[in-house]
Amino acid sequence: MTRRTLADYGLPLVVFAALAVVPELSFKIPKLFDQPISSPGTLQLLAACVLFGALALTYDIQFGFTGLLSFGHALYIAIGVYISNIAITEWHWNFWVAILFTMAVAFVLATVLGFVSMRVSGIAFAMVTLAFAQAGAVLALKDPHHWTHGEEGLGADYTKLPHAFVGILNTKNLYWLALVFLAVVFFIVRWAVESSPGRVWQAIRENELRVEVLGMRPHLYKLQAFVLSSVLAAAGGIVYMLLYNGSTLGVTEPNFTLTLLLMVVIGGAGSRWGAVLGGILYTYLNDRFVAVGSSSTVEGLPHALRTPLSQPLFLLGVIFILIVFFLPGGIAGIAARGRPSGLRRLEEAIRPDHTLTAPPEEA
Amino acid sequence: MSTFLLLTITGLGLGAMYFLIASGLSLIYGLMGVLNFAHGAFITVGGYAAWWSEVHLFGGVHSAWPRFLLAALTGLVIGGVFAALVELVLIRPLYNRHIEQVLVTVGLSIAFVALVQGIWGPDAKTLAVPVWLHATTTIAGAHIPNDRWIEIATAAVVLGLLQLFLRRTRYGLIIRAGVENRAMVTALGIDVRKAFTLVFAIGGIAAAVAGVLGGVYFNVVGPEQGTSLLIFAFIVVVIGGLGSIGGSAVAAMVVGLTQQYVNYYASSGVGDMIVVLLLGLVLLISPRGLVGAFSS
Amino acid sequence: MTAVATTPRTLLRVDGLHVHLGQSHVLQGVTFDVPEGGVTALLGRNGVGKTTTLRAILGLVGRRGSVRFDGEELTSLPTHRVVQRRIGYVPEDRDVFAGLTVAENLRLAERDGSRRYELVYDLFPDLESRGAQRAGTLSGGQQQMLAIARALLNDNRILLVDEPTKGLAPALVSDVAHVLERLSELTTVLLVEQNLGVVRRIARDAIVLDQGRVVHTSDAKELLDQPELVRRLLSVGSQG
Repeated sequence: MTRRTLADYGLPLVVFAALAVVPELSFKIPKLFDQPISSPGTLQLLAACVLFGALALTYDIQFGFTGLLSFGHALYIAIGVYISNIAITEWHWNFWVAILFTMAVAFVLATVLGFVSMRVSGIAFAMVTLAFAQAGAVLALKDPHHWTHGEEGLGADYTKLPHAFVGILNTKNLYWLALVFLAVVFFIVRWAVESSPGRVWQAIRENELRVEVLGMRPHLYKLQAFVLSSVLAAAGGIVYMLLYNGSTLGVTEPNFTLTLLLMVVIGGAGSRWGAVLGGILYTYLNDRFVAVGSSSTVEGLPHALRTPLSQPLFLLGVIFILIVFFLPGGIAGIAARGRPSGLRRLEEAIRPDHTLTAPPEEA
Repeated sequence: MSTFLLLTITGLGLGAMYFLIASGLSLIYGLMGVLNFAHGAFITVGGYAAWWSEVHLFGGVHSAWPRFLLAALTGLVIGGVFAALVELVLIRPLYNRHIEQVLVTVGLSIAFVALVQGIWGPDAKTLAVPVWLHATTTIAGAHIPNDRWIEIATAAVVLGLLQLFLRRTRYGLIIRAGVENRAMVTALGIDVRKAFTLVFAIGGIAAAVAGVLGGVYFNVVGPEQGTSLLIFAFIVVVIGGLGSIGGSAVAAMVVGLTQQYVNYYASSGVGDMIVVLLLGLVLLISPRGLVGAFSS
Repeated sequence: MTAVATTPRTLLRVDGLHVHLGQSHVLQGVTFDVPEGGVTALLGRNGVGKTTTLRAILGLVGRRGSVRFDGEELTSLPTHRVVQRRIGYVPEDRDVFAGLTVAENLRLAERDGSRRYELVYDLFPDLESRGAQRAGTLSGGQQQMLAIARALLNDNRILLVDEPTKGLAPALVSDVAHVLERLSELTTVLLVEQNLGVVRRIARDAIVLDQGRVVHTSDAKELLDQPELVRRLLSVGSQG
């Protein structure tokens, strides 16, 4: 176990404390936000930023730390978003019972599906996870027993939710909830990565064969990482449901997992605060680009320039491509010069099997 | 019985489109190790190029069939060129960095859909097709939409052309060998990079054809169409075996038919889920897909 | 009485070659010369880096250092360009393309210029009669012949041959040795081999690797005639 200095504990706590104070700030930051920080609209955006920082981190457990490339992470978030809501709104369960039930479902499903998916590795694993997520999406769309309400979405029954999370004036409580969630995920991840299962995850990412030769069964450890990541994602899904007061199909689409991928890579795969930063930044930019896109400056541009600039996803996609080309370590990679990026590790997982080793970079 | 026939032909028509997309994906992955998420963009390019050229370039052509065929040809060509450009600009510079290549294709797919939505809006566009394609032919009591024949015929032709290319040309030989062992091909003094661009172009053309046919099948071309077809194509590729054209063809038929039968006889949507379960089943039994099960 | 030997010129010069595979530093500054003509044997125990050396020359692994072939520096070239300088390769696992026919395997190996099918079919008549057979269905020995034939098809100035007798029955070992003898009359061969009987039969010079470095170079017979030395360097009694 690494010895922990005061800075190791102190720095994150300071950051979280600073973030906790945010909803009390009533001034405006002109270019960044349209309204004062403590206004409900801005707070909801900030809450979403924090939440996605946490969700990106749950994804990074698999992606950056263990070297598992999954295209179906959204499935577990969707489980959190939908199952909890359905239990409360359609089945009229007690809020806390619904939460427990949701987490149980997520745990069981992650274990079973994870076990099946790990029969294959690399690209095939990614495809299987994508397919399972797609099955979930189809199920949600199909609206069995009229529970999910398909394309309409399912609004949450606010009478059954804790009062603290209901109503516009309580948006700051939702912000704090998201922040607490982020803190919980952050510290769990840190504990897990530095505990002995966590070190095995990193070893697997580096060289799975060696781990196997040393007598440890990589499959079990990979499954642990997968289940932990998925269960935390489901918890995040519950927070999401509370934040947006309901469930919509957007969280079931493959694009949702892909945006998490973008967040992690932009922030820096394999780096804890990198993934969080990526989530926060992406969510903020996504919101901001919409505003910029309809601003007067952009409206004045010629059509050819205006069109792409008015599409946040286009801008984010281009930023992402640029980062992959020029800064594969993401933003965290700027700070950690010399430390290999999490992507190098993932490379091993998906390299196709050829008899001879791969040639060096072309001149 | 007539329903069954209709379902079968429709399933084969759908399978034909999956095959067109899967064949390119399979070759690209088999040869280059790149999982090309941007393939959806190639599909969309084909559909939109056909639609746009039909309205803006060939609007003066009065006869329906020539106009449609010219538009389809345009879609095809633009799809191939676009794919080749993607390879040259985005993929080639990242030689051997497989994960970055996959990520770049993901980024491209997201950016491209957004771009198309920005330029032409989120609503789907109607593709003008000859009336015959929207009519039906009655066989054994089943009213079969005529577009199904075109889809099946096109896929069969493309399959034949691909096999001819792979077995009779030098680049086909290089590609077949490269799918097996790319490093050894370079150790024979062959520059595989040209083969990479070629394979992307071929994949782009096939995908663009699927985009045009999708426009016929669904009556419209939309920004999301490429992505939704792509998922099933991925499933087909994995079931059929990455790198195998023949495997993709068989898997495409199986997936298309299964989807249709189950969606009808069980209930809508269940077919899609069954296909997913089929993927799981195949991988549990044979992790290398159908091809893996039958080859040595 | 020793005859005055004319020193053949150096065809291939490897200098300070370093290769890292994963975490291990496999080649730690390998330096040797390969003279033109005849067979130079590259020897050593399992895992010392013999195969990696050949791959490094070809550029199939990332490497640091210098590889000069007939005066030209190869390390800045990608693999296909290295091979186009007329360097042939017979890999350790043969690496014939199982899904292609024998004829297709040969056709793939054709480069611009000479295609010496008469020579190939003269040495390997079996390959001609089995032209339409899928290479994956050939026996181990036949695949080995195909791998060698592939390298022979072009007028290469050097052949890098990696353990061609591995896993073959004694009769086949002898056949392969015979083929290599014929080859060495036509071109230079750098041969990695564990079978010392073959080495004794056909090699002129010997280079011994240990733990990623060259530890001994000499005339092949000179080395093999010293059982103590052989045992120390190669951990085997010399095989007759």
